[in-house]
Amino acid sequence: MKGNEAIAHAVIRYGADGYFGYPITPQSEVLETLEELMPWETTGMVVLQAESEVAAINMVYGGAASGKAVMTSSSSPGISLKQEGISYIAASELPALILNVSRGGPGLGTIQPSQADYFQATKGGGHGDYHLIVLAPSTVQEMVDFVGLGFDLAFKHRTPAMILADGVVGQMMEKVVLPEQKPRRTDEEVRKQCPWACNGRIGGRKRNIISSLELESSRMEVINERLQARYAEIERTETRWEEIGTKDADYLIVAFGSIARIATKAKELAAEKGIKVGIVRPITLWPFPTEAVAKAAEGKKGILVVELNAGQMIQDVRLAVHDKMPVEHFGRLGGIIPSPEEVLNALENKIVNPKSEA
Amino acid sequence: MNLCDTMELEEIIREENKVYAVPELLDQSVHMHYCPGCSHGVVHKLISEVIAELGITDHTVGVSPVGCAVFAYNYIDVDWVEAAHGRAPAVATALNRLWPENVVFTYQGDGDMSAIGTAESIHAANRGENIVMVFVNNAIYGMTGGQMAPTTLIGQKTATTPYGRRVDLNGHPLEITNLMPLLDGTCYVTRQSVHTPAAARKTKACLKKAFENAIAKRGTSVVEVVATCNSGWKMSPEKANEWMAEHMFKVYPLGDLKDTTKEQ
Ligand SMILES: Cc1ncc(C[n+]2csc(CCOP(=O)(O)OP(=O)(O)O)c2C)c(N)n1
Ligand code: SF4
Ligand SMILES: [Mg+2]
Repeated sequence: MKGNEAIAHAVIRYGADGYFGYPITPQSEVLETLEELMPWETTGMVVLQAESEVAAINMVYGGAASGKAVMTSSSSPGISLKQEGISYIAASELPALILNVSRGGPGLGTIQPSQADYFQATKGGGHGDYHLIVLAPSTVQEMVDFVGLGFDLAFKHRTPAMILADGVVGQMMEKVVLPEQKPRRTDEEVRKQCPWACNGRIGGRKRNIISSLELESSRMEVINERLQARYAEIERTETRWEEIGTKDADYLIVAFGSIARIATKAKELAAEKGIKVGIVRPITLWPFPTEAVAKAAEGKKGILVVELNAGQMIQDVRLAVHDKMPVEHFGRLGGIIPSPEEVLNALENKIVNPKSEA
Repeated sequence: MNLCDTMELEEIIREENKVYAVPELLDQSVHMHYCPGCSHGVVHKLISEVIAELGITDHTVGVSPVGCAVFAYNYIDVDWVEAAHGRAPAVATALNRLWPENVVFTYQGDGDMSAIGTAESIHAANRGENIVMVFVNNAIYGMTGGQMAPTTLIGQKTATTPYGRRVDLNGHPLEITNLMPLLDGTCYVTRQSVHTPAAARKTKACLKKAFENAIAKRGTSVVEVVATCNSGWKMSPEKANEWMAEHMFKVYPLGDLKDTTKEQ
């Protein structure tokens, strides 16, 4: 099953209440598959093609404000359009899931895979001091699994989560195990789980207000401090990563998403040459596995960060290891995916035997 | 002769003698921030009365705009979601589709509906979302200090048209409500005002019809209220009412523009 199609099945099976989207390559199959599956006939899930990404994210905001489990998906230019809404969702402390099957930019760019939205996803994206929980799948199975994980984390911490995929996992066909169909929560269950939500003052309860406006500076500071405390808690408890052969390696490659798989192939090629490489694959890009990278880097001779961009995650890797060892970047731009040989080459030329500068 | 001369105060203050009361849904514990004379307060009052009279308080959700009415959630005692500038109809779309038994209304200014939120407003109405869109058209951006709105009249002075709005520079006033009847998703489109008690009573009846349409899921109802912004217009409340009747009603004539409930 294609990654994008798998997402559609996973969302229905999670028991999500709504999906709002606008077509853009390379992720239109998410909406197409949902429309084909007609979940409103089975689980009662709402699916709506909005008039724009701006409308779609604001539908997500409305749905989330009412306590429902709602998501949107898009690709880079569309995700840019959603940023105001994402900032509102974060500020209003609402759970929601956003999928970015990212493509090459800037501008209209290319429809080919890219990881150039790392900064946008992990450093804020919209205005104000906020974070998204950012999950980076490297397989179609993880695309599926991160739907449930993303929603669960979003509801647990009342904050939006993003799946930052690249066009490779979106378009790739792989075998997947879909989760069992979960029932959608009943309205009563939603009301119980989300007593803060705006869905009517049933039983004459006090009115609920979802708003991110606070004109009084001292109160706005308190709100910001509350958000920051939550982010600190998420950093403490939700950091996820994978390590492959880091223990007895001399070098590290840090890579996320589909590129981590190419890096793993490069590691095998390196082993044939007697070069011992370990892989660290951040799964949560925010919170970034800073400590894990620092730990894995202990005693290593150098680190290559491989990304489909001009060097974004490398900043977080450098912050993790400071300047204890050389940290270099290798990336292809514009939608080109490097071969494992290219990655190995880069490792040899930039880290193992760096050419001294003339 | 004064009544008080012949009756004790306790005899007068009785439920059966009451001719006016603040609607129960208008929260009395907060001070309204609207300028004295502003139309927003009257519209709030009418909406509060309609919701209470229809008995839908416990399943009504309002969507407040970015604009002077942003704090509507502090005043009308129902659930509220505060939308980004212009996006209220998209927010309302989800609120209603995910809770179809709820009654959802948006409250939008002219900047909100006819400038930044044109797309969301037109498309929600075109989809026939079962919502009420209350559109308070005061021909200016009140909240940000009186700049030109798409609805600003030709010749009208604002902070960004200090010499008066000019067609060659600023285009024509956008009569967005006139577009709404063309959309098959709308069931009821009307333009009213609240400058006199009679006008306010009429507007209340229209709001009631609009909320009834939402309850009956007949499609989108749009209730425009041609309104004053005496602060933004730099006029006394009284003068603002006069100016509105003289100038705005010409461009935005009052009355029903569409009512499919009549045809049934
Ligand atoms: C994205 C965005 N752009 C601009 C603003 C600034 N802004 C706040 S209210 C407003 C105009 C409000 O005018 P209107 O909708 O007519 O409401 P009124 O205050 O007149 O009732 C503007 C431009 C904003 N808050 N958000
Ligand atoms: S600025 Fe205008 S719209 Fe805003 S409260 Fe004052 S009179 Fe009303
Ligand atoms: Mg206005």
